[in-house]
Amino acid sequence: MESKEFDIMDRVNYDIAWCPGCGNYQIRTVMMQALAELGLRPQEVVLVSGIGQAAKMPHYIRVNVFNGLHGRSLPPAAAIKASNPHLTVIAESGDGCMYGEGGNHLVHTILRNPDITAIVHDNMVYGLTKGQASPTSRRGTPSPLHPADRQGVTSEPLNPLALAISLNASFVARAFIGDQEQTKDILKKAIRHRGFALVDVFQPCVTYNKVNTFRWFKDNTYYLPDSYDPTDRVSAFQKAIERERLPLGVLYVSPDRPTFEEESGVYDTDRRPLFQREVDWKKLEALICSMKSAT
Amino acid sequence: MRPVVLARMRRDVSVVLAGAAGQGIETVGGMLSTVLKDSGNNVFTTREFMSRIRGGTNTLQVRVSSHRVAAYCLRTDIAVPLDRTAIPHLAKYSRLQESTAIVGEAEAVPEEYQRRDRVHLVEFTQMARELGSKVYSNTIAAGVILTLFNADRDAGRAYLTERFAAKGPEVVQKNLEAYERGVMVGKRLTSEGLIFQIDREESVKEELILSGTDAVSLGAIAGGCNFVSSYPMSPSTGVLTFLAQRSQEFGIVVDQAEDEIAAINKGIGAWYAGARAIVTTSGGGFALMNEGLSLAGMTETPIVIHLAQRPGPATGLPTRTEQGDLKHFLNAGHGEFARAAFAPGTLHDAFHLTRRAFDLADRYQVPVAILTDQFLLDSSWNVPMIDLSDMSTEKHLVETDDAYRRYRLTHDGVSPRGVPGHGAGLVVVDSDEHDEDGHITEDLRVRSEMVRKRLHRKMELLRRDSLPPEVSGAKKPDRLIIAWGSNYHVMREALEISGRTDTGLLHFRQVYPLHESVAGMLGDADEVMIAENNATSQFAAVIHLETGVRVPDSNRLLKYDGMPFSVEEVVGFLNR
Repeated sequence: MESKEFDIMDRVNYDIAWCPGCGNYQIRTVMMQALAELGLRPQEVVLVSGIGQAAKMPHYIRVNVFNGLHGRSLPPAAAIKASNPHLTVIAESGDGCMYGEGGNHLVHTILRNPDITAIVHDNMVYGLTKGQASPTSRRGTPSPLHPADRQGVTSEPLNPLALAISLNASFVARAFIGDQEQTKDILKKAIRHRGFALVDVFQPCVTYNKVNTFRWFKDNTYYLPDSYDPTDRVSAFQKAIERERLPLGVLYVSPDRPTFEEESGVYDTDRRPLFQREVDWKKLEALICSMKSAT
Repeated sequence: MRPVVLARMRRDVSVVLAGAAGQGIETVGGMLSTVLKDSGNNVFTTREFMSRIRGGTNTLQVRVSSHRVAAYCLRTDIAVPLDRTAIPHLAKYSRLQESTAIVGEAEAVPEEYQRRDRVHLVEFTQMARELGSKVYSNTIAAGVILTLFNADRDAGRAYLTERFAAKGPEVVQKNLEAYERGVMVGKRLTSEGLIFQIDREESVKEELILSGTDAVSLGAIAGGCNFVSSYPMSPSTGVLTFLAQRSQEFGIVVDQAEDEIAAINKGIGAWYAGARAIVTTSGGGFALMNEGLSLAGMTETPIVIHLAQRPGPATGLPTRTEQGDLKHFLNAGHGEFARAAFAPGTLHDAFHLTRRAFDLADRYQVPVAILTDQFLLDSSWNVPMIDLSDMSTEKHLVETDDAYRRYRLTHDGVSPRGVPGHGAGLVVVDSDEHDEDGHITEDLRVRSEMVRKRLHRKMELLRRDSLPPEVSGAKKPDRLIIAWGSNYHVMREALEISGRTDTGLLHFRQVYPLHESVAGMLGDADEVMIAENNATSQFAAVIHLETGVRVPDSNRLLKYDGMPFSVEEVVGFLNR
């Protein structure tokens, strides 16, 4: 499969709604390459998103799309996978959507471990609503609601990686889109991983975040060495809470967790997706017949 | 309202068990209803209980009858108090009459009642202790009551043998002994004149005993339900539990969601991928689902919502009943889109309407609600075997091709629905306004076309497909009384008892959209009345809006204390 199979732009006259220079463009390119290199067909991929600029991504890639509500990309993504495990399901949205509005869903999706991938465009700012703080904004960052003369943002930033590792997420990684090859490699690993995979992708907002720029991300991140063992949960947690320079790569893998679909038991003996199944009238009749007494 | 004494031939007997949660009311009630049904009696069981795990005062009414009844009544023929709060509780709510026989332990009957004629003291606990444990007192009590109805003794023994089989032969044996002791006491009481002769029907023995919860759950399975995602909330949880317990047998994915927001988004995601999903919730949970409902409307994704009503606002009376969420459902969700709502009145309705909800949601790609309430869900009675022979599931999914467009504007207003992974096409849905391909658009002409499709054209189709109300009672009525949902049986029974030959009943099992015949029916009546379990007559407002017919305030019987209508109350209203 070639990457252009996933490109919708040469098929329709489409107006991309991102700012010039936005990191989303590169994530789009990398996503299409990753899907192609994994040998997937557009028909078997579903991109699920919430609301925001990152959430528009599914419209710019040629795959099945469920573009739902703000913060709500993970529940339908998990349900789509549970209804048809043959599909490759990827939820993609921004930090406000996944970590703010959808925080509770993130926690519980990690606990359930559906075999889906969550890609979070993390630019530490709310772009579409014009520059407010996001859950990952650093302390002290100025925003329209947190003026610089009043210390900027006063909340502790959410640490999605530490959170996910604390919940024993089955795959936790971070990428920086300034490095496309590495990002693609991480995305491929995440999509290939069986179980819930969280990828936090640093992606500068060129319009509203004047602090966490391309330069800033470059200067403040480093790659985990090849010798790093992502199955060691304690060291993964230590890596996740580093504050000076932020590690990139696959921080944590918990390889043996069963997935939500497997746990459901619905596919134990029947691999067919739910849409191909029929009501078992015989069984239903037997069940109804058994209800001649109220016990 | 003043209770009306029913002057008619007594063909049914109301037994009321009352006591604290955890005392075994359900155990006794379950045995009574099954064994009496197996003896050929019609039985109806309804419950009222407090929002607590142990303690409080709960009651369970079993009506034993020669014909089918399925309504709550104030009349108590036999009261079985299990603790000291029971009798005062029944008295407080007009459920204890001069004619009520009391069968219970001295300790459970307050002094002022012990002097009454119709008090029969039976030392259940003492007798049970003689058998080795007070746990047998419930079986003894059941044996006593069953004997008053001359129930089939073998049926009683068979019931206990099956029920306690898993606990071993000794427990079975002890319960059988307890039952026999109860039978002996029962015989003594019948010789004292406490005996109830109820006509029986052989066919009843083969019937089912279903609760509203069972009927909705079975209807969901018959509707092809293979996905349920919900957050537990009384009184809707029973459906989730039922489907979860049968999930392996019927291939149902069960997700106890983190909240109702997730639940409905999961249900919509499941339908998007081709599953048939239900969410089951109550008013408070549905409040959280409003956003998701709107998503279903915009994306034209089917969803089936079981909305089990209980009194609000907010947490209200968690274990009580009300028809207070009709307007909530009809007005829920931001923006404008088509939807439909059913309100089962019978177990038959609960099964068939739930099944139909799946087909209807699939056919028109709209949200469909089944509005039940605590009274319907927690009541159970005997019904004939459900005939599945002609049933099938409608198929509406298409295999997509390269040129597939999810929101194609078609002649009939419904776009063919594909699912991802089935065909060469791609399925693109969006919560933003979108074009025929499903991609975001701000083309305002497209917007208008999409609104016409999602709202106007689909409403037209839903109206054409709606179920007419059922007319019963007087042949050519001057007066029509309107009811909806779970008030069906109480209205039927009250109308019969009232002897009114001038009044007909118009019962709605589909409350939105209304069938086109409704305006004509109402227009022909000299007088229109309504009975609803809410304070503002919500359905009267819907009727007014849809037909222009207004039910005068003075013709509205409204109840909102958390209890269902009693037969006596409705008779009083009809004969006021």
